[in-house]
Amino acid sequence: KLFLIVIVDSLVHWADLEPVPQDDGPNPVVKIAYSEKFSDVYDYFRALLKKDERSDRAFALTAEAIELNAANYTVWHYRRVLLQALQKDLREEMRYITDIIEEQPKNYQVWHHRRMVVEWLNDPSEELEFIADILSQDAKNYHAWQHRQWVIQEYKLWDNELEFVEKLLEEDVRNNSVWNQRHFVISHTTGYSSPAILDREVQYCLNQIRKAPHNESAWNYLKGILQDRGMSSHPGLLEQVLELKETHCSPYLLAFLVDCYEDALENNNQKETLNRALEVCEYLAQEKDTIRKEYWLFLQRSLESRFGPSAASGEPLADGTEPPAGQQELS
Amino acid sequence: CLPRPTLLREQHYQYLKKGLRHLSDSYECLDASRPWLCYWILHSLELLEEPIPAAVASDVCQFLARCQSPTGGFAGGPGQHAHLAPTYAAVNALCIIGTEEAYNVIDREKLLDFLWSVKQPDGSFVMHVGGEVDVRSAYCAASVASLTNILTPKLFEDTPSWILRCQNWEGGLGGVPGLEAHGGYTFCGTAALVILGKEHMLDLKALLRWVVSRQMRFEGGFQGRCNKLVDGCYSFWQAGLLPLLHRAFFKEGESQLSRQRWMFEQQALQEYILLCCQNPAGGLLDKPGKSRDFYHTCYCLSGLSIAQHFGNVDLHHELILGKEENRLAPTHPVYNICPEKVAQALQHFHQLPVPENFFFSFLFVSLRLLH
Repeated sequence: KLFLIVIVDSLVHWADLEPVPQDDGPNPVVKIAYSEKFSDVYDYFRALLKKDERSDRAFALTAEAIELNAANYTVWHYRRVLLQALQKDLREEMRYITDIIEEQPKNYQVWHHRRMVVEWLNDPSEELEFIADILSQDAKNYHAWQHRQWVIQEYKLWDNELEFVEKLLEEDVRNNSVWNQRHFVISHTTGYSSPAILDREVQYCLNQIRKAPHNESAWNYLKGILQDRGMSSHPGLLEQVLELKETHCSPYLLAFLVDCYEDALENNNQKETLNRALEVCEYLAQEKDTIRKEYWLFLQRSLESRFGPSAASGEPLADGTEPPAGQQELS
Repeated sequence: CLPRPTLLREQHYQYLKKGLRHLSDSYECLDASRPWLCYWILHSLELLEEPIPAAVASDVCQFLARCQSPTGGFAGGPGQHAHLAPTYAAVNALCIIGTEEAYNVIDREKLLDFLWSVKQPDGSFVMHVGGEVDVRSAYCAASVASLTNILTPKLFEDTPSWILRCQNWEGGLGGVPGLEAHGGYTFCGTAALVILGKEHMLDLKALLRWVVSRQMRFEGGFQGRCNKLVDGCYSFWQAGLLPLLHRAFFKEGESQLSRQRWMFEQQALQEYILLCCQNPAGGLLDKPGKSRDFYHTCYCLSGLSIAQHFGNVDLHHELILGKEENRLAPTHPVYNICPEKVAQALQHFHQLPVPENFFFSFLFVSLRLLH
């Protein structure tokens, strides 16, 4: 019965249109064994595209084509042309794209299409809730976060986002996408320049680290917010980290220590600081983070070269001669 | 004690050989990515050092010619619109074939028109007309423009500064400014800057720290983002950054670089790929339990090649895990086709003049002034 319906359907609705088979040439490569339905839909799609037909049946067919391959960006483009040419109801299109994204949330075209519809409607009011729903199913969906950042920035919807971030970090403190969103919100609103904000963020990190010491995201965030301001500029931080080393040690803590020492050396090259840095690099390379041995040994050599006794210092050596002008690497 | 791991060459070869001609209906989802299928399969075959029969090569050329858009660039299939991703894939596939027929498929003048048509005032590129922006587009554009010798400074004006905005607090790059650092996008942004000669504008130390931290201490493979799972494809997108960074540091005068090894654990990556990412019936995959596909076959093998071959201008040092028969051909870390094919393509296209392109560049500049 379904078979007959399909036949009648094509006779009634498509009788005037000659389907256009795909032109793969005489000796095709990467030839896909399309199902009969797929071939039919796309043969008619090609016919419509060729005519540049702007009709409701064309619009309906784009939905079929999308269902068969939501990554066909040519079909999406054509659908957008039809949406405008036929003055289709964009609210209904929002409902449609909502359903499609829920079914296929890891596709570029569906998110781009939603962005276009939101722009045409100039209405972001459903977005944050919708994206939150997608994130509730996959809290790291890259397209979802991209769309969220676009909406927030374009329509200035910053007000509740830090709260959203905190809620998601409570659910999963290891979600790196959320840490990134935290940085996004703060850097675009208050910024990190004020000591009050910076201190709040540093304390927040340290608290999260105490709860989950092996969470790389928290350590990366701590470094990320301090690196341009100078890690050693935050008073007492080095001491706090050295304390944590006793009970909450991790390769990330040790790496952070190296970074603190490196920063200290840049401001004030002391032999003792260098020795500590080199020691931690050795410890990481040989014992605590051996997968990164090549890197830690490089960093060790690099520190030695930049800050060690043989580095060109411009000062005379013990015997009164000048050290050779170095082809030392740039810091 | 585990036996020495073996690359299942013959099985992978049969899988690839078949796929180059026929694919099941499960590939309907890649019907708008068929040049990618050509590239993934051809590159895998060249890494395995399996020759492409001349007839097949010619068939690929003719198919890709049908994917070329009359307005320039390549589409995901015949009759579709041009898009930077299949354009990248098609040009790479044609360069792998490397015959006169292959090179002649590319309409360079129209390709340049296409690149102008997707260029944005802020230096970025959309992936296709009416499409989305992200850092992949800069890489695809820079790759094809440099290989085919249609690159002009004007075309990539402001592109490096846009890419730079993609480097974030983590040290890696996101797809667009503000987003989480991600292996695929980091590779694209970095490789694009290398092509444009502007890689030194990145915070290379921060990038290096980020990428080496993406190697998983237990699995040996790489994750795409912090606190996510390992995936075989990042064997290329992430590990492939180390040769790029090595070269960048070298150009900056860095004196402490190793002369034998990349700054990642090469053996551990080879172990992950050979022990965890091979399908016994041929093809490679993300991680155990996942299905094989041509994308993962391409990028797992590409990563394996990177892990086996250390080299810079003067040096070549191999580290082959398991039998000598596991050895793959080296791959170029910028373009991810074999270095000989890169050299050959550059040699061919640099004999040709850079197309003049008054209409689109004029149009672009005028629109930009009006903007």
